[in-house]
Amino acid sequence: MTRLLLLLALLLAAPAHAQIGDTTYRLEDPALEARARAVGRELRCLVCQNQSIEDSDASLARDLRILVREQIAAGASDEETLRFVHQRYGDFVLLRPPVGIHTVLLWATPVLFLGGGLIAIVLTRRRRAATGIGDTELSAEEKARLARLEGPPPP
Amino acid sequence: MSTMSPSRRRVLLYAPLAVAGAAGLGFWAMLRGLQDGSFNPRGVPSALIGRAPPDFALPEVEGANLPAFAAGDLRGTGRPVLVNFWASWCVPCIIEHPQLMALHREGVPVLGVNYKDRPADARSFLQRHGNPFARLGADQPGRVAIEWGVYGVPESYVIGRDGLVKWRWAGPITAEMMPELRRLLA
Amino acid sequence: MIPELGHFALILALMVALSQSILPLWGAQTRDARLMESGPPLALAQMVAVAAGFASLLWAFATNDTTVSNVVANSHSAKPMIFKLSGAWGNHEGSMVLWVLVLALCSAAVAAFGRDLPSALRARVLSVLGMISVGFLSFILATSNPFDRVWPPPLDGQGLNPLLQDIGLAMHPPLLYLGYVGYAVTFAFAVAALIEGRVDAAWGRWVRPWSLAAWSFLTLGIGLGSWWAYYELGWGGYWFWDPVENASLLPWLAGAALLHSAIVVEKREALKIWTVLLALLAFALSLLGTFLVRSGVLNSVHAFASDPARGVFILVLLGIYIAGAFALFAFRAPAMAPQGVFAPVSREGGIVLNNLLLCSICAVVLVGTLYPLFLDLLAGRMISVGPPFFNLATLPLALPLVMAMAAGPLLAWKRAALWPVLQRLWWAASLALLVFLLAMFLGGAPVMPALGFAIGMWLIAGAATDILDRAGLGRTGIGNALRRARGLPRAAWGAAIAHAGVGVTVLGMAGMGMATDKLVALTPGASTEFAGYEWRLDGVRDFQGPNYTARRATITVLRDGRVVQVMEPSKRFFPIGRTTTTETAIRTNGLRDLYAVLGEERDGPDGRREAVLRLHNNPLAPLLWIGSLIMALGGGLSLTDRRVRVAAPARRGAAQGAPA
Repeated sequence: MTRLLLLLALLLAAPAHAQIGDTTYRLEDPALEARARAVGRELRCLVCQNQSIEDSDASLARDLRILVREQIAAGASDEETLRFVHQRYGDFVLLRPPVGIHTVLLWATPVLFLGGGLIAIVLTRRRRAATGIGDTELSAEEKARLARLEGPPPP
Repeated sequence: MSTMSPSRRRVLLYAPLAVAGAAGLGFWAMLRGLQDGSFNPRGVPSALIGRAPPDFALPEVEGANLPAFAAGDLRGTGRPVLVNFWASWCVPCIIEHPQLMALHREGVPVLGVNYKDRPADARSFLQRHGNPFARLGADQPGRVAIEWGVYGVPESYVIGRDGLVKWRWAGPITAEMMPELRRLLA
Repeated sequence: MIPELGHFALILALMVALSQSILPLWGAQTRDARLMESGPPLALAQMVAVAAGFASLLWAFATNDTTVSNVVANSHSAKPMIFKLSGAWGNHEGSMVLWVLVLALCSAAVAAFGRDLPSALRARVLSVLGMISVGFLSFILATSNPFDRVWPPPLDGQGLNPLLQDIGLAMHPPLLYLGYVGYAVTFAFAVAALIEGRVDAAWGRWVRPWSLAAWSFLTLGIGLGSWWAYYELGWGGYWFWDPVENASLLPWLAGAALLHSAIVVEKREALKIWTVLLALLAFALSLLGTFLVRSGVLNSVHAFASDPARGVFILVLLGIYIAGAFALFAFRAPAMAPQGVFAPVSREGGIVLNNLLLCSICAVVLVGTLYPLFLDLLAGRMISVGPPFFNLATLPLALPLVMAMAAGPLLAWKRAALWPVLQRLWWAASLALLVFLLAMFLGGAPVMPALGFAIGMWLIAGAATDILDRAGLGRTGIGNALRRARGLPRAAWGAAIAHAGVGVTVLGMAGMGMATDKLVALTPGASTEFAGYEWRLDGVRDFQGPNYTARRATITVLRDGRVVQVMEPSKRFFPIGRTTTTETAIRTNGLRDLYAVLGEERDGPDGRREAVLRLHNNPLAPLLWIGSLIMALGGGLSLTDRRVRVAAPARRGAAQGAPA
């Protein structure tokens, strides 16, 4: 593992060219450039650690940035450009995992948890209601207690 | 559904333990896999496996006196071939070079793609370390590498008898990998 | 000699911690007052021993003792003293010692300030904290000894990653650990409550300050880390959904939920089982972060050099603590009788909604972070889960959360009417709508940033409403209301300020949604138009630092020919370690940042040298961190509330069976 990381560090180090990129990687048309950048933010820099190709200095990331801009400039849609890179680099390159049998649980997480939580709350309340304890008006004792905890401090 | 029996409620209270236990088992398996190499969070499979290599045609490396190659040269060779992306500026390529030389001596066709390199540097690299390549193409802009889905150099592919990609390795080929590689290339 | 003393101190600390984890608990179980009373002195002794160990480590780094392999690997004589010292915890071994030191400090604080606690509860809490210390001290001694020697000593160390030679990053781990480890205390309280089989208002009152303190430190730590990423990484971004960032966000989210539900326990004696579970979860998630960062199963910019053997050790520790606590929870939670009914629309109901949403966000972040690992393990498929997923999946949960946040504190306990609360918020809603329309139609903002501005405004105005409403504005004269506002409990002020802080941070996020940047290549003397300014490159020069050489660009920013700012972004080259770092230049006026990064220098088309510059205009960026400061400040202010700080004397009566 350590050796592998070392090797990857070497891979990243070479060929040491630009640090932050090159003006030629930007498209003249701001609308096209904005689209290219949005597409680039969806693509993982494969040799980096959790960075998009827009946020990386690695040589591969720069090549992919140019590629995305060429595709966009040639009139490809955002989806076509993403598909082009996806076909060559596989699922791993997409920072937004495609919805499919392997990712359905991932995408369902918000609904599952929110829904599950709501059901649990409703069930708990029903059970509580069935055992029937107390009314929902604050009793005098509870009011005094809250006043002690929340009101202005006694003089 | 109107009320939860005490036992059902109990089951719910065991849920955190169950989730933590399952996650713990998973992490345990990952750590075991990290140690024996079967789990590698960085070992990304190539999208090309089981497919034909992309269409491409490379120019030759100036002055190297080696024939260049194109996609057609990978088909119908009658035997598996090794395609190796490399560069003279790549340090791990030096580590891997003796293995390529050994395969070459055993008669394996090794096709080289010289990635983002200067021809003079590539030539002197081959003079110093020996030439394992039956054919050698230059990918100065690195575009063919992207067509293949290459991460960086060195990276190697085995193309089977049927002309489909059988195997990919991102990183240097080490001596320990040779038995497996020989089997794939047989 | 000093390193051996340090090593010995850690072994001694382990022995003391072992006694601390057994004796007081034994005493509590057998009702032996003398054994229970052994807890505080043992906790103090443990703290002294760990502090001695940590001081020895600092000494080794300060004197650049190259016979210590940890110093060799992480330090260098050419480093400034402050980074020599911070280097002591800028590595795996040293950071573990710091972690244990913070834990020992918390133990000692419980011992010192817990005089009002029932002695059995205090004994059990101290024992659980002792058990955690035992685990992590043995982890250090068995797998990560920071005092290992090398012989013969090399002439000098191998330096520290220059990215880490930064004051922000030097302070980042201590703050984070104060947060993570603070949750060890609430965890210990939860375990003690499970052992006792009872949770009452006094318990809630004791858990609250610790969860407040932990959450405030964690907020500061995360804010500082995000600030560091912003100015040091040089990409203009502030949050990358990196697994390690997520690892710190998880306990923060669970901790925020705990913070609120503990209030319900204290004031209404409801949500008891749930609060205990949250207290266990917050610490479990802290430990999970530690495991992920140090075991090597994750790959991240921030991960420590990893070693699976260490991973196995931490995993076993996690198994003991987390599975043990959850098993105890499953056995003992039914013993806690549910109490404190409330209507769905009530303060309690609002906090339940807050908890539901915070925990759902937490679940999304957790699943998103771990999903690729488990999918690889179970199905052998490699996928990436990155910012586009997290943004998309958390936003629908975060929106209702921040919308409801303004209304929650205005609801009455037990049963509330929604309509009067909304009436009191009408001005906040109108203000938010006005901001939304202004941003869209006058400011030309896209929908999402405009919505962000509106929500930020809504939160700040909502927090103001909370204070004004409590002060009785509208029911009494202004002067009287102001006097009453000043007399409000600090906890009320703290809550309102923290909520307003969230609003400020949301404003910052919305502003960053409108950030622009420009990449240009300029020859010296040339200039470019960007963000309404003229940016002129005056030149790029060599610069010599204490342990690096640098290229530094001078950029003059002008408006209408008048100089507004001079910015000097640079690139540093560290010969030791042969690494290059990018130093951004940031000029802020408090409401927006101008941000410049120096890229490569090359021969331009006309043969002259030109420098590539990336210029950013980041509106409201400072509010991101100001907001997190305000949140932490609100937490701190609540802590100073006498009634939060001081333990409930009522518990003593309750423990003897008298009515509370």
